[in-house]
Amino acid sequence: MLEQTEQKEWMVLNIGPAHPTMHGTLRIMVKLDGETILEAVPEIGYLHRGFEKGAEQLNYQQVIPLTDRLNYCSAMMNNVGYCRAVEKLLGIEVPRRCQYIRVIVSELSRIIDHLVCIGANLVDLGALTPFWYCFREREYVYELLEALCGARLTTSYTRIGGLAHDLPADWVKRCRKVMRENLPQAIEEVETLITRNRIFIDRTQGVGIIGAEEALNYGFTGPCLRASGVAFDLRKADPYYDYDKFDFEIPVGRNGDTYDRYLVRMEEMRQSLRILEQALDGLPEGPVNVQDKRITLPEKEKVYTQFGSLVRHIKLIVDGIVPPAGEVYSATEAANGVLGFYIVSDGTKTPYRIKVRPPCFAVYQALPRIARGNLIADLIAIIGSLNIIAGELDR
Amino acid sequence: MSTTVAQALVERFPGDIEPLPAFRDEEAFVVRKERLLEVCRFLFDFPGSAFELLEDICGVDYPGRQKRFEAVYHLYSLQARRRIRLKVPLEESDPTVPSVIGIWKAADWFEREAFDQYGIRFEGHPNLRRILNHEEFVGHPLRKDYPIQKRQPLSKPTNFGWDQGVPAGRGEPARS
Amino acid sequence: MGIETSRLFRAEPVAKTLDAILNWCRAYSLWPYPFGTACCAIEFMAVAASHYDISRFGAEVIRFSPRQADLLIVSGTISQKMAPVLRKIYDQICEPKWVIAHGACASSGGIYNNYCTVQGIDTLIPVDVYIPGCPPTPEALLDGILQIMKIIEGESVRDPKYRGQ
Repeated sequence: MLEQTEQKEWMVLNIGPAHPTMHGTLRIMVKLDGETILEAVPEIGYLHRGFEKGAEQLNYQQVIPLTDRLNYCSAMMNNVGYCRAVEKLLGIEVPRRCQYIRVIVSELSRIIDHLVCIGANLVDLGALTPFWYCFREREYVYELLEALCGARLTTSYTRIGGLAHDLPADWVKRCRKVMRENLPQAIEEVETLITRNRIFIDRTQGVGIIGAEEALNYGFTGPCLRASGVAFDLRKADPYYDYDKFDFEIPVGRNGDTYDRYLVRMEEMRQSLRILEQALDGLPEGPVNVQDKRITLPEKEKVYTQFGSLVRHIKLIVDGIVPPAGEVYSATEAANGVLGFYIVSDGTKTPYRIKVRPPCFAVYQALPRIARGNLIADLIAIIGSLNIIAGELDR
Repeated sequence: MSTTVAQALVERFPGDIEPLPAFRDEEAFVVRKERLLEVCRFLFDFPGSAFELLEDICGVDYPGRQKRFEAVYHLYSLQARRRIRLKVPLEESDPTVPSVIGIWKAADWFEREAFDQYGIRFEGHPNLRRILNHEEFVGHPLRKDYPIQKRQPLSKPTNFGWDQGVPAGRGEPARS
Repeated sequence: MGIETSRLFRAEPVAKTLDAILNWCRAYSLWPYPFGTACCAIEFMAVAASHYDISRFGAEVIRFSPRQADLLIVSGTISQKMAPVLRKIYDQICEPKWVIAHGACASSGGIYNNYCTVQGIDTLIPVDVYIPGCPPTPEALLDGILQIMKIIEGESVRDPKYRGQ
């Protein structure tokens, strides 16, 4: 029979940047003893695209398309976060209609981000069917977003001081239809297949546990922190855009394992649907752009007919918006956690420094702590549940 | 609540901490780097408003100033729902600052990124290596004097020493 | 495949039949390797999903191993750190292989022109089809795959590349 030898050999496994899971350019060097992970060190930077340096060359309005590509699964939330930061720098507040529309598109983006996360996570575990269900729903939401701003993924819908344009005529009706008929049904289908599935529970319960205090110390925010038991959500703690008027709950997990992270995301989608319902019901009338001549472009009819508006239009496009000198930090609750923008302005039309605080940056650095002691097969489940989006991680 | 923290800070560290004028309702303090660890520990343990969440650490480059770099820390307190910003000015000849990784483990990668992009060294960081750019990269790209299109192509995939069985960064000196 | 090097199979009537069979096989059962890095990878996932079904074109067997794939779809920006990895993966794919540059970043660098991005993967590997767009709509990717099929149908066993040249 095989004898047990005293000498153990560890194997170094490189789960390279090109790897058979759906999560993009992640590289993990794993030190294995048999199948048990002794050490797992992630290496990032394989999608570093120079967002921060690039943003220093563009003016404030031109940075908006670059922000789309940060967390590309929920592009609208990056737009909203960035525009909110610049509006804070300018010291203006957008009209209420704009706020509600931003809430609506943010919550839709949150739902599609969670659908990608859950779908991809389940594919890695071998459950292919929920992937089709999740992505079918994403198509419905993509149709809505495409009707709104012309692009499915890289939306660039918000502008500084408001939005690119108002909602199309029948958009609210279509949104209600998607929200009431399609999305809850899909969530139910995935729930029926997965949540009490023996295989799924065996693979995810007790896997990748991190406690509440440690998670907070690692800088966790978002669903990963809430799954560990800390009820922290910026929408409740530091409400913006009338979130304090909406009635919704924050799902909080108990154990901080992969199963809890999945459950938290499923429940968050339902809560987002609740917020959407309330926001659509309470959508106020009015302008969507702030009525400030230094910030908002004039309407097209005026640009084509009045000389003053034409000159203002040219000046705003060429010179851009010039905020006062100073620095702000503005954070919103994105799908993955707290997405922060730290903008330093020197009083010129280009930002002096933009720093993005990516939510998954802090989460991913805890991977060595979370993965230690688990099996190599669990590592895939863990990474999927952390929802690492390389665009946001590496910028 | 915020004035309590601000007052307590100024009382505890006179001369080492300087409050900046409030801009858009945000609190910011300039801290001398020698006292940074104590200030952070004080804020982490502050009763009633413990700043347990380290949101961000970044560097900023001000080439015109005498102290060229600035390490900026954003802390958040869940209990008090309050955010605070600490700015540590650093000179170009000696851009070192103590690492706060002993207080918040979240500082790990944020400090590595500030090192990678600006060259700010964090003393006491166990693994100060490049994180976003490749290891062969020379220079610090986010500095204002680094031209944006200056490319440094990578010759071959790096294994960070793991092919010799030793994970790189454990006790190795940081390369700049 | 090896048989192309034989002179018998390069003779006129045999070559024509062999072309037809091989091209039909290769075109209608492409096994893609989605080298997805960024936003275009999400659009690729949408193409693989049920709405814009990629399997109607026979390309549903998505293999994440270069040894088992023949169509490399590079979706997303390639950074300088990722470039040697892409080159290695391309080298590991066995002949016959085709490459699609999916998206503006893969075709030419896209909106990023800075110290860390590669301005187009054709500086690293040969590309057969470029699909512009940021990101291209899923129909554009399907059109790109149809273009690859057209390219395959125009190939022949008498091409120099199959003789190892």
